[in-house]
Amino acid sequence: MSYPDNTSIVVDGVSKEFTLRYQRTLKQVTVALAKGRDISDTFKAVDDVSFTVEQGESIGLMGLNGSGKSTLLKLINGIMRPDSGQVLTRGRIAGLIATGAGFHPQLTGRENVFLNAAILGMSEAETKRKFDAIVDFADIGRFLETPVGNYSSGMFARLGFAVAIHVDADVFLADEVLAVGDRPFKKKCLERMAEIRDSGVTLFYVSHAAASVRKMCDRVLVLEKGRLAFDGDVGEGIRYLKYEDADPGNEPDEVDSLGDEELGADI
Amino acid sequence: MVTRPGRAEHVVDAPLTPPSSSQGLLEVFRRRYLLRLLVARELNARYAASFLGFLWSYINPLSQLFIYWFVLGKIVGMEDRVPGDFAVHVFCGLVVVHFFTETFAAGTRSIVRNKSLVQKMALPREMFPVASMLVSLFHVGPQLLILTVVCLFSGWVPDPVGLLALLLALAIAMVLGTALAILFSAANVFFRDFASAVGILTNFVRFGAPMIYPFTLVEERFGGFAPYYLLNPIADAVLLVQRAFWVGATPDPDATAAEHLPDHLFLYGLGGLAASLVVLAVAQAVFSRFENKVPERL
Repeated sequence: MSYPDNTSIVVDGVSKEFTLRYQRTLKQVTVALAKGRDISDTFKAVDDVSFTVEQGESIGLMGLNGSGKSTLLKLINGIMRPDSGQVLTRGRIAGLIATGAGFHPQLTGRENVFLNAAILGMSEAETKRKFDAIVDFADIGRFLETPVGNYSSGMFARLGFAVAIHVDADVFLADEVLAVGDRPFKKKCLERMAEIRDSGVTLFYVSHAAASVRKMCDRVLVLEKGRLAFDGDVGEGIRYLKYEDADPGNEPDEVDSLGDEELGADI
Repeated sequence: MVTRPGRAEHVVDAPLTPPSSSQGLLEVFRRRYLLRLLVARELNARYAASFLGFLWSYINPLSQLFIYWFVLGKIVGMEDRVPGDFAVHVFCGLVVVHFFTETFAAGTRSIVRNKSLVQKMALPREMFPVASMLVSLFHVGPQLLILTVVCLFSGWVPDPVGLLALLLALAIAMVLGTALAILFSAANVFFRDFASAVGILTNFVRFGAPMIYPFTLVEERFGGFAPYYLLNPIADAVLLVQRAFWVGATPDPDATAAEHLPDHLFLYGLGGLAASLVVLAVAQAVFSRFENKVPERL
């Protein structure tokens, strides 16, 4: 099947099944078999989802906790492969998924910036070129030469965030990213994401905050128990979810969504 | 195309591809820069907050050397059966065996240990076992330095054939170690039992190579079965390092080589390398097959 040149993401009939394990040890398996109980069970985290995204579109992905948002994002990011169906993407993918993953507590901020940038696919030259901008964005001052293990959680998050947001990408994925950081930093991040969107990068934004989705996105996808329940206009999508709309212009209340990523990832 | 007000047009000149497309080990070599940083991170982290720092990479093998030399050389009396310096004989084996077992053991644990990265980042996952191998390889350097200095004192002269033997031995340990590390690192995700099993396997390796006993002893005890012993690539690698260093450090190198090294050693070595490459190909195939389930099982 062929897609137009400006297609950025294709998700075609994608399903992802997870195995839930009840028993793991030899003893448990033996007992379960003897009693005739199931030793495993499966669970569809993403169930036959299809959609295509054009280059430059800004998509808000919404849904309740455990509806499969994080799994879908992992499939698009290439961390996981679908069990059936196919995912296709065009160009380089970057994003604010698990910012700071791979930070080593014993290495300094500077060393971790280089390591993290390399993990995100940046070359040495590219990192050097952007280093000042990254440090500037993170705004951690003289802690740059301190091991990140000594950072406060806010500083840790800011540094991870600063690296991720400076990766040149064609597709930008953002998952529940604004849960940490203080108010000015959140604002700075949203502004930067708007800049990225305006430069024509495809944006894929996962959030529970109706206000920020309304501000950032021009199309909403809603997942319900792994199935694509809604695909269309932002306002309708938010109404579909029956989310109370915050006053327009308010800061998004991302605190509600704390811990969702963990939930979504552990299922 | 729908135009969106206020947005620049961003044209991507790339084909639509599956984001998780992985070329396995090839991809690892394509991202050498990241590999280098991961190895550096591992090395820095291992010796961080340690007063002796990198000196530990000398102390560990030296302490093992001392134990083998004293217990087996002096107490068991293996010294009398081996010409030249028994410590050099042991150390030649230790270089290869230590490199191999470290790669195998650390590589097996590598994916589980880097859980947070594996679950959240799209990286070629073979990266982690390969990085473990390079960290172990890094520690071979100091050991070879010690070995060279000691051998020079015993009148050893470097020779090209010896150098080839050393390189072949390292290649065998490197390829086989990486192959097993890749295979077991994936297996360890599904059942952590594999990390424990590796501990047992490495013990077999330690005593299954002619390190603390000379190869002549094997021939003496097993006679016609000795060639089967040489089917173990690590045993060949140990003998090759002995060819590179120990033989030249004995009083009569030619006699030592004739008596204590098997015939066609290089042939066995090349065979071992070929077999290791086959194991590596199999390991890569198995890894690619099961890789898909790795993030959810961690």
